[in-house]
Amino acid sequence: MTWTRRHLITIEELSLREIEQIHSTASAFKKILGRNVKKVPALRGKTIVNLFLEPSTRTRLAFDMAAKRLSADVIAFDASSSSTQKGETLRDTAENIQALNADMIVIRHAAAGSPLYLSKILDIPVINAGDGAHEHPTQGLLDTFTMKEHLGSLKGRKVAILGDILFSRVARSNIHALTKMGAAVTLVGPSTLVPHGFTTLGAQVSHDLKSALADADVVMLLRIQHERQGHRHFPSLGEYTSMFGLNKTRASWLNPHAIIMHPGPINRGVEIDSELADGERSVILEQVTNGIAVRMAVLYLCAGYQPENVIASTQ
Amino acid sequence: MPALWIRNARVIDPASRRDSVGDLFALDGKMVARLSAADRGRARKIDARGLVASPGLVDIHVHFREPGQTHKETIATGSRAAAAGGFTTVVCMPNTTPPADNAGTIQFILDAVRRDAVVKVLPTGCITIGMKGDTLAPIGSLKRAGVVAITDDGDCVQSNELMRRAIEYAKMFDLPVMDHCQDQSMTEGAVMNEGDMSIRLGLRGWPNAAEDVIVSRNVILSAYTGAHIHMQHISSALSVEIVRRAKADGVRVTAEATPHHIALTDAALATYDTNFKMNPPLRTEADRRAIIAGLRDGTLDCIATDHAPHTDYEKDKEFDFAPNGILGLETALAVVLDVLVRRNRFRLPHALDLMTRRPADILGLPAGTLEVGAAADICLFDPDEAWTYNAKAGQSKSSNSPWSGRELVGRVKTTIVDGRVVYPLAAS
Repeated sequence: MTWTRRHLITIEELSLREIEQIHSTASAFKKILGRNVKKVPALRGKTIVNLFLEPSTRTRLAFDMAAKRLSADVIAFDASSSSTQKGETLRDTAENIQALNADMIVIRHAAAGSPLYLSKILDIPVINAGDGAHEHPTQGLLDTFTMKEHLGSLKGRKVAILGDILFSRVARSNIHALTKMGAAVTLVGPSTLVPHGFTTLGAQVSHDLKSALADADVVMLLRIQHERQGHRHFPSLGEYTSMFGLNKTRASWLNPHAIIMHPGPINRGVEIDSELADGERSVILEQVTNGIAVRMAVLYLCAGYQPENVIASTQ
Repeated sequence: MPALWIRNARVIDPASRRDSVGDLFALDGKMVARLSAADRGRARKIDARGLVASPGLVDIHVHFREPGQTHKETIATGSRAAAAGGFTTVVCMPNTTPPADNAGTIQFILDAVRRDAVVKVLPTGCITIGMKGDTLAPIGSLKRAGVVAITDDGDCVQSNELMRRAIEYAKMFDLPVMDHCQDQSMTEGAVMNEGDMSIRLGLRGWPNAAEDVIVSRNVILSAYTGAHIHMQHISSALSVEIVRRAKADGVRVTAEATPHHIALTDAALATYDTNFKMNPPLRTEADRRAIIAGLRDGTLDCIATDHAPHTDYEKDKEFDFAPNGILGLETALAVVLDVLVRRNRFRLPHALDLMTRRPADILGLPAGTLEVGAAADICLFDPDEAWTYNAKAGQSKSSNSPWSGRELVGRVKTTIVDGRVVYPLAAS
């Protein structure tokens, strides 16, 4: 099967077939990660620039690791060291990176839509590593990859996503991936952070934790970003935890073999009990490991895309 | 001054209920009933067969960026854009640099108008000093300097007390107060309409309620003081209804709608194109329909463009960081003809009324009619001519228009101010 996309901007635009292709490619790469020599020469001679204009630990490390496992050269470029601090526009920054002969850009940006904007400017592949509250496609891909490892097919599976949905790009990417894969998604949390409008994306919206968690196969917790919401969206972290924090009692409502996920970083004792985060149902660290394999797959596929559309459009 | 004889036009003058094919005459810059044989001989003759002759269009909401932001637009370029769009009278907003909150700045603007403008450009002044919403601007001095209204457009006076005093004070001078209706506490960081699209795109939403709250506030304050408040660029369906009820109760409020809010919705934002970013934002189809209904039944008084030029390099940014606003003057008539006349079956004189007599009446301007004795401000347009708008080739200094590259139907052929042709200008 050929891969025809130059960029990975959203999961919303991917077909089920494309999601499955990324997953199967990631499976193959994951085997390499278990070997003694964890490196393949797939992207030897290619230079990947990690343009991170918003702080990130996990995603950045995973992209870095993934590129190195593929033998690419990686250059990191973050907001504090870049000329964006001096008022350079994103267009100028990106065009400079392209002029330096980079072969690919991975971008993390606080402004939704900026990866799409870059993809229209640049000829080289643009990979979205998270744009504002819009999408975080590699996170959605690695989350569904992890779910498949535990549950097999996701068709008909019940996934509850709990927490700050409104400001979450992880939630949006997972909603798109999961609904395409046939899972039933329930979003749950306080009404101010889980507005009814999310039903237009194909998810259920609930403010009742018990019914949302009942028989769920997966519960995915999202970090409560108190620094973003100020004090307007809910009264206090304490009240949030008392109403929506995942504890042992509440976890017992889940399907007995349900898994607990979190994209990190975790606020222990806020959205999840520390014990549960480290417990046997937690797959939080597996997510991190899978993040490397999935990002290897994305970098590999987009670097070697076959532009069938270009051929079609020149006819 | 030479005489002017426009022949065989479909003359539509909503103010005098004229809609008939015939001739128009002007002498010494004024409309006259007829010309003497001698004047006819000397008159500049324009064959307007197949064209509509309407009063020069009136736009009570434009940003000409002078002083201080002349990289975006100037009174010279803005007034040429107005002329190209058939507008002969425009009212410019005071959010310049520095803001027009004192008589000196108004004098500066009027000097530039006298020197550079090809249409009638009338200034407004700020409601508060620096548009900061803290202290009343010297409203009496602004009036004496020549402003036709006051507004903090771009910002909205948040204090109800200050707004009450502003309208009460301005009423003493019979000076209309125009308000950009936005509760800023509800729109922090917002860049588009709040709704299904903002959820999908992950952009911060600006809810209708933030407009509705201030429109309601203004209705209450106008009812309480008897002062006139004009609501700028209404974008929300409930705001239309609030104004409708207020007018039924006899409250002295008026309101405008922009061409973009009757033509477009937030669905246009799917590609994060910053030429669809403005404030108030594009809203939903239900809002769009409610605004058109409001224009139909007179709840909304007029069309105003909110012509807001920004340079390419300012607009060519991440959506969050691009400034609000789009051009309007050169496309307004074609968009109104398309949306109101062709798609919503407004009669042509009704649509033109919304762009001539009615906006002039809101501010008491001597404009918007072809009656004998009125200024000879005339717009000649072909309602059926298809053309492709290219913003870069337009008269405005900027090109931030969502209609650039689109085919439009209805084209301005000639614009006349005080009996002189100002568009197209002869090559100099």
